[in-house]
Amino acid sequence: MNPHPDLTSGVLHGLGWYYLILFVMNLLWTVRSFKVDGEFKKSTPILGGMPVATVWAVLTSILLMLSAAHFTGGSSPEKFMIRLPEWFKNPVDAYFANPVIYFAGSVGLYWAMIRFREWWVQDTVAYTMLQLSLIFMGLSLSDYDFRQIVGKPDNVPIVAMLFIVSFLTWIYFKRAVDNDNRIAQGRPLFEQENNEKVLVWPDLVYIELICMVVLTAVLVFWGIALEAPLEEPASSVKTPNPSKAPWYFLGLQEMLVYFDPWLAGVVLPGIILGGLIAVPYIDFNKGGNGYYSFKERSFAISTFLFGFFPLWIALIVLGTFLRGPNWNFYGIYELWDVHKVVAANNVNLSEFFWNSPLFSWMYGGLPKGDSFMGSPTLTLLLRESPGILLTLGYFALLPPLLGLTVLRKYFVKMGILRFLVFSNLALWMAVLPIKMLLRWAFSLKYIVGIPEWFFNI
Amino acid sequence: MSVGDYIRNSQIWKSVFRHPAPTDRRNRVVVMLTNFFLHLHPVSIKQQGIALSYTWCMGGITFFLFLVEALTGVLLMFYYRPTLEWAFYDIQALRDVQTLGIMREIHRWGAHAMVITVWLHMYRVFLTGSYKPPREFNWVIGVLLLVLTLLLSFTGYLLPWDQLAIWAITVGSNMARAHPFLGGEGPGFQLLNMGGYDLITNASDAKFMLLGGRFVGEATLNRFYILHCVAIPVVVSGLIAIHFWRVRKDGGISQPL
Repeated sequence: MNPHPDLTSGVLHGLGWYYLILFVMNLLWTVRSFKVDGEFKKSTPILGGMPVATVWAVLTSILLMLSAAHFTGGSSPEKFMIRLPEWFKNPVDAYFANPVIYFAGSVGLYWAMIRFREWWVQDTVAYTMLQLSLIFMGLSLSDYDFRQIVGKPDNVPIVAMLFIVSFLTWIYFKRAVDNDNRIAQGRPLFEQENNEKVLVWPDLVYIELICMVVLTAVLVFWGIALEAPLEEPASSVKTPNPSKAPWYFLGLQEMLVYFDPWLAGVVLPGIILGGLIAVPYIDFNKGGNGYYSFKERSFAISTFLFGFFPLWIALIVLGTFLRGPNWNFYGIYELWDVHKVVAANNVNLSEFFWNSPLFSWMYGGLPKGDSFMGSPTLTLLLRESPGILLTLGYFALLPPLLGLTVLRKYFVKMGILRFLVFSNLALWMAVLPIKMLLRWAFSLKYIVGIPEWFFNI
Repeated sequence: MSVGDYIRNSQIWKSVFRHPAPTDRRNRVVVMLTNFFLHLHPVSIKQQGIALSYTWCMGGITFFLFLVEALTGVLLMFYYRPTLEWAFYDIQALRDVQTLGIMREIHRWGAHAMVITVWLHMYRVFLTGSYKPPREFNWVIGVLLLVLTLLLSFTGYLLPWDQLAIWAITVGSNMARAHPFLGGEGPGFQLLNMGGYDLITNASDAKFMLLGGRFVGEATLNRFYILHCVAIPVVVSGLIAIHFWRVRKDGGISQPL
């Protein structure tokens, strides 16, 4: 018997319920589509101009059949046909499971989310994407390793969070696109059109009451359905592999791949919080206060979304679902094999510099010992001088340079102090992507590497 | 006279609720002014301030989850003993034996949910530009509440005293060791010395202060328990009060005055 079966009777039963819920969801959506899109008025570009509602009706019936098949197939799970084929899973693990593609993909998604916002905020498009992701998840749940990471009790909230965040982002962009159009056409904003004063009793207190009742029910149901994790008693000699921080800190733990703990664990979190606190004081734009909009504050929103999606949520997902033993990257259908070896041969900037043909000829390679003016400290500083100069230049020279050239507009409006804070925060935000790119392109380990002083950048 | 009317006309009822039921406009105003819990709210409010599609209700949900955590947390405190001998087995008994052991499930899932709803609340506040004047300082208080929420969750993570708990806290607290100047393995700690003796060692650095020892041990459990159950909740309660007060004083959750 396979100790890690992809399908068991229990899994098939659960998936039966999963598809049944999807069936009900799509049944309601088909009814809506029939009413909103009209019986024959609106047709799809595919399938010979089939009416939209018909497409949904077909999907709905397929889901019902899927559900029935899963309920009845429980007796012989080994022979069950509906599962992700190996020819799909293996390439996904082999070619897509690495941090480069993952990060590039998340940045690409972020870009597409903003670029094509007017397209994907349409109800049908957004609903189709939701269904595709739900069906993809249903199919993937037929894989043992996928279930291990997604079904871990502490990870369930993260999966839920992904759907909630996507839904709320959709609401945001829908409202923002609407308001941007209203502004362009000179119509009043949605928020201004519907802003009568109402009495708090009953209009607000009833919302609060219903909200509390629903939330209590959700929490009780969640508590009954999913047991809180409790592993073996603590033991300071048995180190689990991987050892992971609580899930909301996994973005920071992921940064440890690129930075030493003093940066990833202390300085960068401090900058994130300092940056958040500074937001209201450096955002001089008076627009977009109290209503959803994108065009009025495209820079502020784009920057925040970049910090929130690729640099926070995506890194948490990466750290939680895709980092396995020894913090190696594992594909979503890949077994967490402790013996997986990933070659890591990273080089410091100082080695690149001093071992380059010119400097190895002039100086004879990396400065060692007290070869420079008889002082070990000065020799260290000389060895690391390329990185130190680069870092100082990045934080000291770039802000004034940017202020006088590309960001002149901001510099003029913000004044010198505000601009320096703003530009330094922006440069700090770019630090992680820059280090990632350097690591992937040149296998760069440290820009400044002085392990003698625990000072590595 | 029906029983309901009899009760509502009794001296006891009238001593608690000093006005008739809020069924007409006058009494709907009066109820907001005379009820201690409701007086957090104004009497009337702009529609957008309560529209779910605008507010997402995330701030309110976060506050409600905080109350749930406080209630279930107090119930758990009656049962749980924060010692190496008992911590794990008390949690295990909550899972396997105790009738109301589900309080632990609700407490843990509520904590995860609260971290998420705090983020989503900030997300909404940013997207609607609600941090803009005159609400700059309330955003700052909000960021502090975010940090404290994460710390509440982090300190609570240790209390079950299982493998998941101590290693997550070990990984997290290793960051403190690397604190510049104040960590025993951080850059610049050698600069803090007196007459050749290091002031910062691994028995006196930031990590030691956090853990109450060199490793996650009994002192850590006690320290995190006090932080989790008393110290941080007290500070959070105070900041929540200021946060809500300022929402009122700054003229609602959003929009220029």
